[in-house]
Amino acid sequence: MTASSGPGAAPPAASRPAAFDPGAEASRATADILHDTLHGTHRGVVVDSPPGAGKSTLVVRAALELADAGRPLMVVAQTNAQVDDLVLRLAEKSPELPVGRLHSSDADPYDKALDDLPNVRKSAKAADLTGLSVVISTAAKWAHVKVDEPWRHAIVDEAYQMRSDSLLAVAGLFERALFVGDPGQLDPFAIVGSEQWAGLSYDPSASAITTLLAHNPELPQHRLPVSWRLPASAAPLVSDAFYPYTPFRSGTGHDDRRLSFAVASDGSGPDRVIDEAAESGWGLLELPARHTPRTDPEAVRAVATVVRRLLDRGGAATSERSADPAPLTADRIAVGTAHRDQASSVRAALAELGVTDVTVDTANRLQGREYDVTVVLHPLSGRPDATAFHLETGRLCVLASRHRHACIVVCRAGVTDLLDDYPSTEPVQLGTLVKFPDGWEANHAVLARLGEHRVGWAP
Amino acid sequence: MSLISTLARLEAVSTGRAQPAATVRHRHLSARPLVFVPLTTAGEAGAPLGALVGTERDAPRLLVVPQPRDRDLRFAFLAELADVVLPYIDSYAEDVEAAERGETDPETGKRVKVEVELCADAPQLIVPSRTGVDFVRLLGRSMRFRRTAEQDPETPYPAPPRVPLLGRWLTHYGERARVPGSSLLLAMTDVLSRHWATGQSSLEDQHLGALLAWIAPPEGMTGAEAALHAELARDPRGQLLCPPAGPATDPAFDNKLLAPAFERYDRARTALAAAEDGLEADDRLGALTAAEREVRELVASRTRPTWEKVWAGIDLLRALPAGAHVEERWTRDRWSFTAHRDRITAGEPPQPRRDDAVTAANKLASREREQARLEAQEALDDPLVMAARRLSGEAFAGEVTDVVMAYSESKRPSPRPLVTVRTDDRPHLAERAKVYRSLDGKPQSAEFVGYEEEGAVVVLRILDKMGRGKEPEAGSVPEKGDRLCFTLFEHEQRGGPKLPDPEATPWTHGGPPGEAAAVPESADPVTAEDVL
Repeated sequence: MTASSGPGAAPPAASRPAAFDPGAEASRATADILHDTLHGTHRGVVVDSPPGAGKSTLVVRAALELADAGRPLMVVAQTNAQVDDLVLRLAEKSPELPVGRLHSSDADPYDKALDDLPNVRKSAKAADLTGLSVVISTAAKWAHVKVDEPWRHAIVDEAYQMRSDSLLAVAGLFERALFVGDPGQLDPFAIVGSEQWAGLSYDPSASAITTLLAHNPELPQHRLPVSWRLPASAAPLVSDAFYPYTPFRSGTGHDDRRLSFAVASDGSGPDRVIDEAAESGWGLLELPARHTPRTDPEAVRAVATVVRRLLDRGGAATSERSADPAPLTADRIAVGTAHRDQASSVRAALAELGVTDVTVDTANRLQGREYDVTVVLHPLSGRPDATAFHLETGRLCVLASRHRHACIVVCRAGVTDLLDDYPSTEPVQLGTLVKFPDGWEANHAVLARLGEHRVGWAP
Repeated sequence: MSLISTLARLEAVSTGRAQPAATVRHRHLSARPLVFVPLTTAGEAGAPLGALVGTERDAPRLLVVPQPRDRDLRFAFLAELADVVLPYIDSYAEDVEAAERGETDPETGKRVKVEVELCADAPQLIVPSRTGVDFVRLLGRSMRFRRTAEQDPETPYPAPPRVPLLGRWLTHYGERARVPGSSLLLAMTDVLSRHWATGQSSLEDQHLGALLAWIAPPEGMTGAEAALHAELARDPRGQLLCPPAGPATDPAFDNKLLAPAFERYDRARTALAAAEDGLEADDRLGALTAAEREVRELVASRTRPTWEKVWAGIDLLRALPAGAHVEERWTRDRWSFTAHRDRITAGEPPQPRRDDAVTAANKLASREREQARLEAQEALDDPLVMAARRLSGEAFAGEVTDVVMAYSESKRPSPRPLVTVRTDDRPHLAERAKVYRSLDGKPQSAEFVGYEEEGAVVVLRILDKMGRGKEPEAGSVPEKGDRLCFTLFEHEQRGGPKLPDPEATPWTHGGPPGEAAAVPESADPVTAEDVL
């Protein structure tokens, strides 16, 4: 690909080599997508988006253009938080647009911030929202809606995290749709066995996109080529490890983002790993090898200490967003874990250290979120075995791609050996699409890179 | 594996005996189950070798295929099996009670109550192990599409009457066994390992002999010794003392005993066919009968020990009182049985080879609901199961130390009492998390307000089940001193959305079945290996 100055290209940084202009590439991809969506002949358009590539921006833009073209639009997202976020973004871009927020009849079904938006109508009944330009809800709520005449258009957000059976429940509501999602994140799952349908094109436990493309292979597929979130230090690793056949680039250069600290290092492990991560974008704080329970007290304490030090050392993040450095506050930091009990142990440990406003959550819940610095408890840390759950590619991908500046991984030594001891043993199902890369390989790739930024717990 | 089951397994190792993993029985056990102990032929998929089957412990019926590669004999076996199983099933089909079912009126589209029949009880099949369940499914698949001469006079190899019907029933039972908590078709190893934790791995628990050895080891032996004996001990002829529960047999048995017996049978049959006069034929028929009896005795010797063990397992389970929700889940099984009975009576075709998109999605959704329901009900029925949930932070028990009356802020204030619970558990309560307790068998929900005294005390706001008045109904609000158990998981499951009819399958899923499929099914190409 050569550089071209597409319409509306963002001004490239002066230091960037002329060969790749991220702004222009991204605009061209967006223009193609919107063209296919508005003027294409196919019933569906699929967009693959790597982490932080402007998926939400694309959804908002497509929604506005469809609304401008006078086409009634329904938007399907997967969680209530995603729905509320989309409504807020739409209202921000176009305060006059009449938007319907279809919600459940539970208590507190939507974000209270929606009450301040004059043109957003909220209801638990779809009939109350007819005639509005855009109606937004979760797939679960849409599945209960009945219509006489389908919507002309739909946008399905996070379609790779939607299960095939929930698409089946809503697909009758629209004539054509734009499907947007990130193929590298966590696959949808079922809590009971679904082997009996493995290999069927409409396996209800597969992702919505898998089924859609199996039945409609002719649909146009696009992808967003630039991650605006991931820094230049992270994009190559995440791209190579998790998107080997659909590479992407970072939208910023190595010099565009900087993380600095007012307080100098005290020489401890946590401080040294913070400095390493500030310098290189990655840091691995390695604890001595040991088999531990899931809520490994030492590792949990190490995570909490790193967070405490990040806040105490007066961090400042410089980025392309503003000329002045922004202070690294608690709301710009997140901790990611594999299990809920780990997250609650970390929360308790943080509370003991007096830290309260830092987000601590599992990979599933961190999907789609963005922070300046993330601290990750490695899913395989201290484990005696490597199960499919802990090896899942998407889990590691989510944890390693939430940050704008730096990612610090806390892990016990010996995970590489653990991976070698446990080759993948999942049964091979005939007719299923093999997902690349497998978790085993992706884990090795990430560990190899993290190994270059290793800091021991004890000096 | 939960912390408490790890602990139970460690205790089993140190005491040498399996430890209880449940205080009540979580599966329904019929008063008259049909026990089915099948054996299959090595190296030939779907070729039954024989079976012990019956409802009477001391009078099992032995069915044997003296030469499993002979398809006529195989059909004779299946016909005999149908003669045992179908009368048993039919004996439950007639006894019905009146019940109501919600249905959508096809004309008005409204939900209406329809009076329907519900079988008062349902037949229950018990096989020794999980592979036995797979075998039931395989038998069902191999039979349900066969045609009898009556159905289709042209069919080249007609199946004996009733064999396709048996196939449909076995398919239904095999499919129902995939529904969590269902009891129409039980695998004894699964049910036993649900109720006892042994000192071996869950893979080893699939050996019925070893599992029972841990639960009830013989006098003077530890569970580990008895299990090792059950797995490995052989007689002087090299045969296992405790034959595997099947359907696969031990290779030493196949090679040393079974293969020579088949060979003698084959020779006797060839000799009989070549007999030149009646006298010779009489002699040779005698030899054939003897050869057949020999195979029968071999099959009996390998199925009888398993038969006894399955009944021993039933005895162990019957000693446990049934959990409170077991009856309710069994009613769902009765609905399932009744529905299939009605489909057969209505002359519907056999279950298709593969589910269509809508059926598959419906099955997955209902099984997920059943799984969640089962987990909640087992915990509510059984303090030992609840203990595991409490340890993992999904529930907490404690004493009510304070109740403060409060009201909601609305035009008509409703009671929203604040209840303080002191607990030693550590629940993972998020902000405003919902918790539930069982109030006369119905879930009452409350909202997490906050912690006091560093997490040892939880403050909750009760939200519902207090009646419509301003004052809560008597007994609906916890009182000081009450010992309560709240769960973070819901007790009851909401129904899922209605999916489109199969005829209205949307374009994303290939459109309605029957039309030109978007993904045509192609036959496997013939390879060089196919024509050796």
